[in-house]
Order: sequence, then structure tokens, then C-alpha cells
Amino acid sequence: MSEMNAASAAAVDADSREFLVFSLGDEEYAIDILKVQEIRGYENVTRIANAPDFIKGVTNLRGVIVPIVDLRIKFHFDSVEYGGQTVVIVVNVGERVVGIVVDGVSDVMTLTPEQIKPAPEFGVTLSSDFLSGLGSLEDRMLVLVDIERLLTSDEMALVENVSE
Amino acid sequence: MDFSDFYETFFEEAEELLADMERHLLELDLESPDPEQLNAIFRAAHSIKGGAGTFGFDVLQQTTHLFENLLDHTRRGELALRRDIVDTFLETKDMLNDQLDAYRQGGEPDPEAFERICKVLQQIALDEMGQGLEGAGGAAPEATAPQAPAEAPAAEPRPEPPVESVPPAAPAPAEGANLVVALLKVGDKDRELLIEELGHLGEIKGQGGDAERYEVSLATESDRDEIEAVMCFIVEAEQVEVREASAPQPSASAEAEPPIAAPSETASAKTTPPAVVAPAKAADSAKPAAKPAAKPKAAAKGGETTSIRVPVNKVDQIINLVGELIITQSMLDQTVSELDNVSNGALVNGMSLLQRNARDLQESVMSIRMVPMDYVFSRFPRLVRDLAKKLDKDVELVTEGESTELDKSLTERIIDPLTHLVRNSLDHGIESPEAREAAGKPRTGRLTLSAQHQGGNILIEVIDDGAGLNRDKLLAKARENGLSVSDAMSDDEVWQLIFAPGFSTAQEVSDVSGRGVGMDVVKRNIQEMGGHVEILSRPGQGTTTRIVLPLTLAILDGMSIKVGGEVFILPLSAVLESLQPRQEDLYAMAGDDVVLKVRDEYLPVVAVHQALDVAGACTEPTQCIAVIVQGEGRRYALLVDDLLGQQQVVVKNLETNYRKVPGVSAATILGDGSVALILDIAGLHRLNQSKQQVGYEQRRHAPTHHLPQTEKEVEPS
Repeated sequence: MSEMNAASAAAVDADSREFLVFSLGDEEYAIDILKVQEIRGYENVTRIANAPDFIKGVTNLRGVIVPIVDLRIKFHFDSVEYGGQTVVIVVNVGERVVGIVVDGVSDVMTLTPEQIKPAPEFGVTLSSDFLSGLGSLEDRMLVLVDIERLLTSDEMALVENVSE
Repeated sequence: MDFSDFYETFFEEAEELLADMERHLLELDLESPDPEQLNAIFRAAHSIKGGAGTFGFDVLQQTTHLFENLLDHTRRGELALRRDIVDTFLETKDMLNDQLDAYRQGGEPDPEAFERICKVLQQIALDEMGQGLEGAGGAAPEATAPQAPAEAPAAEPRPEPPVESVPPAAPAPAEGANLVVALLKVGDKDRELLIEELGHLGEIKGQGGDAERYEVSLATESDRDEIEAVMCFIVEAEQVEVREASAPQPSASAEAEPPIAAPSETASAKTTPPAVVAPAKAADSAKPAAKPAAKPKAAAKGGETTSIRVPVNKVDQIINLVGELIITQSMLDQTVSELDNVSNGALVNGMSLLQRNARDLQESVMSIRMVPMDYVFSRFPRLVRDLAKKLDKDVELVTEGESTELDKSLTERIIDPLTHLVRNSLDHGIESPEAREAAGKPRTGRLTLSAQHQGGNILIEVIDDGAGLNRDKLLAKARENGLSVSDAMSDDEVWQLIFAPGFSTAQEVSDVSGRGVGMDVVKRNIQEMGGHVEILSRPGQGTTTRIVLPLTLAILDGMSIKVGGEVFILPLSAVLESLQPRQEDLYAMAGDDVVLKVRDEYLPVVAVHQALDVAGACTEPTQCIAVIVQGEGRRYALLVDDLLGQQQVVVKNLETNYRKVPGVSAATILGDGSVALILDIAGLHRLNQSKQQVGYEQRRHAPTHHLPQTEKEVEPS
């Protein structure tokens, strides 16, 4: 909870923050760049049986076993393809390392507090709880995802306490 | 000054010293005790006393002090050892352990126990030598509040009998001359260091003073120059003043020691002018005793530099990194093996060199965690001795293969199960001397603890030459407990019954064993460590309990299997055999259950592809390979597509970044860099059962076709 408050508070108060912008389908999303550890290709993922469909499995990241989550499946995108552009953003959330599959990474953006608008109350698939705001950039709109909150949430089933 | 940083070191050392002491006490030959051993026991008590004094653990210090004095007499042959005296010494050692534990937990030791042990030690001194122990005045009966020793004994030597009849040989003369070391304008920190150093050189008899002038009186055999030389490492030469304490004049000696921290010590120093009471004897006995005491001390000093105390997590980190190195190396190896040997000769050679070095490195790193089984076995002589006495049995303990090495984390976890097995052997296995004689066996039973390596496993055996297990009794008991048994069961199966929960064949419950809790716990503990237990027993000849454990938990001998396009690892220790099932051996049971008949045994069939939702796997049992595996004491037939081979894998925790997965115990990284899951056999079976249950419900309630999630993902649109 405090994490979320801190994040949104920071989004409003602090000076400009840097975000990594990635695409899911035609939409543009962004996450706090400080959470990003590295970006790598999608390969060699070992499936885990009986896990939710958006958990693609685990992969070997230099000896560390890292779960891979496909945000496109999680966000109910129709088109889920794995191609040359498909990348995995490895993020550090809490003590954990998780990889998220996205359609592509475009750039790193600096957003000033004025450019970050509060997220509207909506969302069935993506609860506004997991958003830290909407970034408006001329004609573009970036969905700012609070990745830490999202990935450690119960519905992601990545953390032990949600085991059935 | 906060000592707490050093506490842990002291506790660890004291524990080791006590363990040493116990070992020596048990090994002592009562007829002709080895002077080296007596010295070693004395030194252990002495060192603990020194540390306890430094850290202000008064009760511990006083107890060790009394103990030390008795030991001192012993090692000089003034006190003849008897079995009961050794028993008392062992009891004292236990008491010291308790006190140590109490201090470790930040509390104070039980004052009653302290008082009792003091009385016992006093009694021995009185009975055996007709004299009390010096220093007793402060510690003995009236010391009801040992944590706050009365100031009185320091102020004036009491005319009480134990104090008055001071033995001729106090520790002081044994250690040589009394010196007073004065520290001038030494800071707190340096002072502690110096005092610690002085502690190494001799026995600190008392200390006190202020920052300007802090005096430490020391009983030591080092001379002034030596002490000054040591001190100069820490402070300037002019800050240290060493002078002789005028030992022959008790009053002077007391005056020379300003405010003193350990009152009872002062009392002893004051009232123990050995030179006055029995000058000749003290001088005579002091010299020879002091010499051997000094030599091993020096040896111990030399030994210190050859070992380092390292936190286990640091070692684990190295082990992890080496594991990564091995994986990277095998990945490289795979790439290189595809290259042309001729044009890349140097690279190929380099790779094979790298491989060898990496393996060597791994082996030596793994060996850091390895400790000899002696670490475990050394606690049994005492246990066996005490138990045998309690049970009125004569038992000789033999240990074999003490130098066999095992992972530290496993040695710690094996102690409890092993203790239980040893207790059982003594209680139920080995008969009373009379019964043994009647059976034509030697009166003294023999209990053997042995350890040996066997492949990647360690074999630990508890062997007794007792009566052996009684098949009929076991079967009868099993029926009584409502277990399904038949007379046709093989001996092995009957022996396994004793691992059933709540099973005990003891005629009556003793406090040693027989409550029926335990053997099942033993088995579970060992299984948790990835091992298993076997029992071999022959009526009248004894029982052997054999524990087979993997050498380490970090590396696993695995068998890789293929199901559909996926590779999984089975722990090799769980795999019994593999075969191709024949149609006539497969039997359907109620619902979807299938059993496979293997040599007159019906094993539940677990289709791995079904439990783990693997697409494209062989679904027809007769086309698959059945791997017979054992998990949590039961056997299963796993249906897999193919066996790929055996390999050692580095076990990786899945829960670090993900969470527990049903049917999977851990993961590993294969040579090609991909992740393979290590299967948990019992978990897999449970998973399969719940799947079948769900499948059944679905067929009943929802006739519509259930779309497996895997298909959805694959579909491009």
C-alpha cells in the first residue's frame, strides 16, 4: 500500500521521471525505468504446468530461474505472437526478478509531473490500482503501469501466498 | 564496553572445548590415565574459565574454577579417578553446557543447579583428599545469588573450613609466577585487547583500576619480557608496567591487586599462599605440571592459523557461483563440440582444460561444506555410556569411518534421527547381560556406528548385535494397530512396519524409547534429506539400520526423461527400474485409476503428460515407458515417453523468484542453458489424482468440451 502511495505521490510531486515505453498490440505502456534490470529476447522458456495461462514458464537468466509473464495474455490482447520483435523486459520487483513479455520496446521517455495525469477509475482487465497514471505526450498516451504492484498482486499468482 | 560481538566467538569456542573435554573424559583409562588427556581436560576448563571471567559470566567462571581445581589435582595424580568421579565430571560438563546456553540466551544460569554442582565438587574434594576447595568460600553453599558474588570474601578471608583448609596447590603456582601488569593511560578498547592477550599468556587473577592506571594480576609462566613484547603490539612500551606480585606474602599480594573484579579469586589468592602452607610440594608439583600445559597451548596457537571461521552463506555463495560456472562451461562445451576439431584445435583443447579445471574447482568448493562424520559420531560415546548405565546393559560402542565426509547441513540434520536409532538399538536391540549370556553371546553388547561413501551417497549404519527384530511380534502388533498385513509379507516389508506412525513393540514404555513416536519421524526426516532407510535384521544376531543419504543437497543425481517435447528430471535415488508396460499387466480401477502389475505388486500409474498437461506426448500406456519410482515410501509407475540419460544437476530453487509448483520440487539448468523441472514424485501423484477428480466432475456437470489453456496461447490470429 505504502508502495503505491509513494509511487503516485512521487509521480505528482517529484521532478521528471524516466519511463521505459513498450508496446502491447497498438497500445503504449510505460514502467518506471528504475525497476528495469535488462531487456532480452524471448527464448528458451520452460513451461510450468498448471500455472495461469499468462505465466509462460521459467527461463534461465545467468543461472537464476526467472518466471516469464506475458502481459498481452494477462491484458487479454487478441494477438499474441512470438517473433523477432518480441522481447522480455526483466524487472526487479521487491526481492524478486520477473520477466515480462511485450511486443516491443520503443524508447525511454522523461515525463514531467504535469504530463502525468491521474488514471481514471476504470478497468476490468487492468484495475486502476495497478496504474500510476496516464502520460500524455502530444498525441500519444502512455499507460503508466505500477509494475511492482501489478506483479506482486494476488491475481498474478507469482507469489506464494496466492497458491491454491 | 560492549562485548557482545565477541560473545558468539566465546560461546562457539567454549562449546568446542566442552565437546573436547567430554571426549577426553570418556576416553580416559581409569587405571592409568594419560597425562596428556588429563592436561587437555584441565586446559579446556581453564580456557573456559578465562573467557567467562573476561565476559563477566560469574556463575560459569565460578563453576569452572571449582572444576578446574579438582582437575588440577587429578592431573597431578593427587586425586585418583574412579568411574563415579568421571561421572560427576561429565555431569559438571553438562552443567557448564547448560550455563553456557543460559548465557547465550541472555539469561542467568539456574542458581540451584549451580549450587548443587558446587556442593558435589566440594564433596569429592573433601572425600577424596580430605580437604575443601579453595575459592569455595565465595561460590559454595552461601552463594545463593551467584550473579552478584558477595564482596565479603574479597574484603576478608573467611575463617570457614573450606577456605581455611586451602589445598596446597592452587592453580596459581601451577601456572608459574604471579605478575601484576599495570596499563597506564590505555583506552577502553586497547585495554580489552590487552587483557585478552594476557589471558592467553596466563591466568588473569584479578583486574581493576581506572583509565590512568589499570592493573591486572596474572598468574603466568611467561616472563616479564615476553609479556612486554606482546603488549607492545598494541600499545607503547611505556604504557605497560610489569612487576612481580609478591606471592609469598599473602597480604602483599592482595594489596598489590587494587579493586578486583573476581572476589572469590582474590580470596583464593589471599588465603592461598601455597609457598607457606606446603612450599615444597607446591614447587615440586607446579613445575612438571606447568610444562606440559604450555606445550599444547603453543600447538593450538599454531593450529589456529590453519583454519578460518567463515559464515555458511559466504560458502554457499561461492558454491552457487561455481555452479553457474559449470553450467556456462557445459554450454560452451556444447557449442564447441559442433565446431571442426582440426581448424579449432586450440579452442577445443582450451575447452577440455577449462572443463577439467572447472570440475576440480567445483569439487574443492563442495568439499568446503563437507565435515567429517566424526562431528556426528563424537556425541554418541556419552549417550551410549549413560544409556547403557541407565538400562543396566554392558555396551561397547565402536565407530568406523569417522573421517567420511558429509555436507555440513546434512550432518546437523542427521544427528536427531541417528540418536533415535542408537537409543532404539540400546533399548530394544541389545539384551541385558544375563540374557546375552543365556543366548551364548558375550555379556558386553556391541553397537557399531559406521559411515562410508558409496557412489554419490553416504551410507550410515547403526549395527547392534542384539536380539534382532521379531517378525511375529511385529506382525501381531501391526494387526493390533489395524495395519493391513499378511503372513506372506517379506522380511523387508515386515521390518518397514516399524516406521509406521505410532508403532512400538516395546513391552513397556520407558523414558528411553518405546512411545512409538520416532521411527516414523526418523524416516520422514531422512526422506526430507533425500535419503532412505533400510533395515536388515536376523533373529538372535542383531539389527542393522542403514541410512543412505546424498552427499549434498546442492547437487542431485538425476535421470532426465522426455514427455512430449519437454524434458524433466527425476531424482535418480527415487528411480527403481523402467520397463515397457504390457497390456495384460494394466488394470483399470474404479474411475480413471490404472494400476500396473510389476512382479506381483500393483502400482498406481501416474501419466506424467496428464499430470503436467504436456501436449503431444505418448498417451497409450503400452507405447510409453513406465519408470518405477519410489516417493514417500510408496511406489508408482510413471508413464514417460523416453529416458534420456543420467546426469548430475545443480538444484535451483523455484521459489526464489516464483513459487512452489505442485508436482515439482525444484528446477535445474541443462547443458543447453534451458531450464528443466525436477519432479516431486509424491506430489505428482497427488496432482494426477486431483486432475482425475476434476476431469470426472467436468464430464458429469459440463458436457461441453473443455479447451485446455495451451491451445489458446498457440493460436495466432
